[in-house]
Amino acid sequence: MQTTFALGTIDWVIILIYFVFVLGIGWALRKYMKNATAFLEAGRSLPAWVTGLAFISANLGALEVIGMAASGAKYGMMTVHFYWIGAIPAMIFLAIFMMPFYYGSKARSVPEYLKLRFDEKTRGFNAFAFAIMTVFSSGISMYALALLAEVILPLNIDWNILGLRIGEFDFYLLISAIIVLVYMVLGGLTSAIYNEVLQFFLIVIGFLPLVIIGLVDLGGWEGLKSQLPEGMIHSWKYAGNAESNPMGVGWFGVIMGLGFVLSFGYWCTNFLVVQRAMAAGSMSAARKTPLVGAFPKMFLPLLVIVPGMIAIALTNMGELTLPLKEGTMNTDYDKVIPVLLMNYMPVGVLGLGLTALMASFMSGMAGNVSAFNTVFTYDIYQSYLVPNKPDLHYLKVGRWTTVVGVLVSILTAYVARSFNNVMDFLQLIFAFINAPLFAAFLLGMFWKRTTGHGAFWGLIGGTVAAAIHHGLTLPANATTGVKGGYIGILRQYPSEMAQNFWTAIFAFSFALVITLVVTMLTRKIKTDDQLRGLVYSLTPKVVDDSKHWYQKPEFVAVIVAAIALTLTLIFW
Amino acid sequence: MGLDIKIPIGLMFSILGVILTILGIVTHGDAEMYAKSLGHNINLWSGIFMIAFGAFMLLTSTLVRKKKLGYDS
Repeated sequence: MQTTFALGTIDWVIILIYFVFVLGIGWALRKYMKNATAFLEAGRSLPAWVTGLAFISANLGALEVIGMAASGAKYGMMTVHFYWIGAIPAMIFLAIFMMPFYYGSKARSVPEYLKLRFDEKTRGFNAFAFAIMTVFSSGISMYALALLAEVILPLNIDWNILGLRIGEFDFYLLISAIIVLVYMVLGGLTSAIYNEVLQFFLIVIGFLPLVIIGLVDLGGWEGLKSQLPEGMIHSWKYAGNAESNPMGVGWFGVIMGLGFVLSFGYWCTNFLVVQRAMAAGSMSAARKTPLVGAFPKMFLPLLVIVPGMIAIALTNMGELTLPLKEGTMNTDYDKVIPVLLMNYMPVGVLGLGLTALMASFMSGMAGNVSAFNTVFTYDIYQSYLVPNKPDLHYLKVGRWTTVVGVLVSILTAYVARSFNNVMDFLQLIFAFINAPLFAAFLLGMFWKRTTGHGAFWGLIGGTVAAAIHHGLTLPANATTGVKGGYIGILRQYPSEMAQNFWTAIFAFSFALVITLVVTMLTRKIKTDDQLRGLVYSLTPKVVDDSKHWYQKPEFVAVIVAAIALTLTLIFW
Repeated sequence: MGLDIKIPIGLMFSILGVILTILGIVTHGDAEMYAKSLGHNINLWSGIFMIAFGAFMLLTSTLVRKKKLGYDS
């Protein structure tokens, strides 16, 4: 079977044009980068439709596109839980309840909000954990791009430069790193956001022909369903108990673990996405950012999950063979999108589809680098290393941080290539740190009594609880080690996903209880006056300045919720 | 920010759209090439759609709006 692309000149021309525009956007923005605010916060000047598309695009990186298509192939329609229940409610909550504090407090980052609301140590913990996490995520994105490009776009490169052997993997890694570096140094956060918007349209226009032709081939949605097992074509019908559905998760795990803890923890507190909303030009635009993003987000399953289902239907019909993972007998679901592009797309639209894929990898890197820049410059450099310098100094530091961020990402990509286990291990630790975060925000924003000590020990305790739960449980068919069970096996989960959801539930509950208890035992240091604008009960209700009632965030939120609910019922 | 993102988006999709449309016209009827896409001239259709999208972006960008309102940037 053919595993590489027969690319025509036209396909390469399309890819090149994309690169020219990406760099051109950075170049056109360079003259506006006059101060640190412009570079690191996009000058807080962007319209809601731009920040809204960037909000979901920043999350639509390599791991998301490849991972969701793979999940669609493995589990079918249940994957939509990551969208309709696992994103939309959190995005609405962020828009209506949390954005007024993030945007109104004038904090420049999520860690800085923690500093204003709680104390220095809570900010420090979050800033360091986040900075390390973003650099690693950016590195993993680069690694995934180079790995995929090496397999599907062979150029037969084997150069010897100053004694270093440069193969295809190295070539694609360096090219993508250099392009991201150049446009980020030139245009900062605005460059990242603009390229995310460009990437969003490329993904839609590049993948839509693939989905349409695939569905036409199978005889439409009904034809697709007829080729798949019953468990793969329903989202909720088989969620009654974990044993009866392909994902191995039950409804409680889905709603509490994914829909509440993981989803709210990610969409409401992860600076990578929150930063996009904070770059908006007004409070109203900031609050509308997640809502504008929610509309396309609800329909993304069509572009990323349905291709996975199409690939499996074709495989069941014997019309397609998915490649095996190198050196194993397991199907490599990560190649679903490239294999389908190869199957259906002639020269021309093939280049377009590949460009869309590449765009998603590159903006995945750039998004992480832009969040890293801001947190490092403001929350680490300015707070702990060199405070009280003129603004231009921090602009310069922001630029150099970009260079360092990209260099460390390249290093990480090589680490990921050589030691797969190291990456699994790191991602596990990040998951432990992230899980309790929403507990601290929830209590901090809605209970003015919550103290800094409470939040800090809640975060630490929740992280430890996550690690202990993970160490005491094991998913079915896994061996003790990075998958869990390293303390002893108290409980077996039907799947790794179920274990992840429950780890999150435990971490959140412990963080909540510990924060409550420690808060009651410690004195409230911040006065009500200091907490104005940071806590719900002490902040005057925001009056939205939209001209028409149908432009108000509350009304838009109701529409978003209604559409998500309708989709859920249709695809029950 | 001084640059309206609609301008580069509009330009890029217009250019890519023109390329795909021309490719679609030149290769129209090439049964072997379009066997993959079940006989549909998918380059032509995508190209036309992209030109329309690109034009919409450019027409609603500040490039055109400013001229209409009569200011000079």
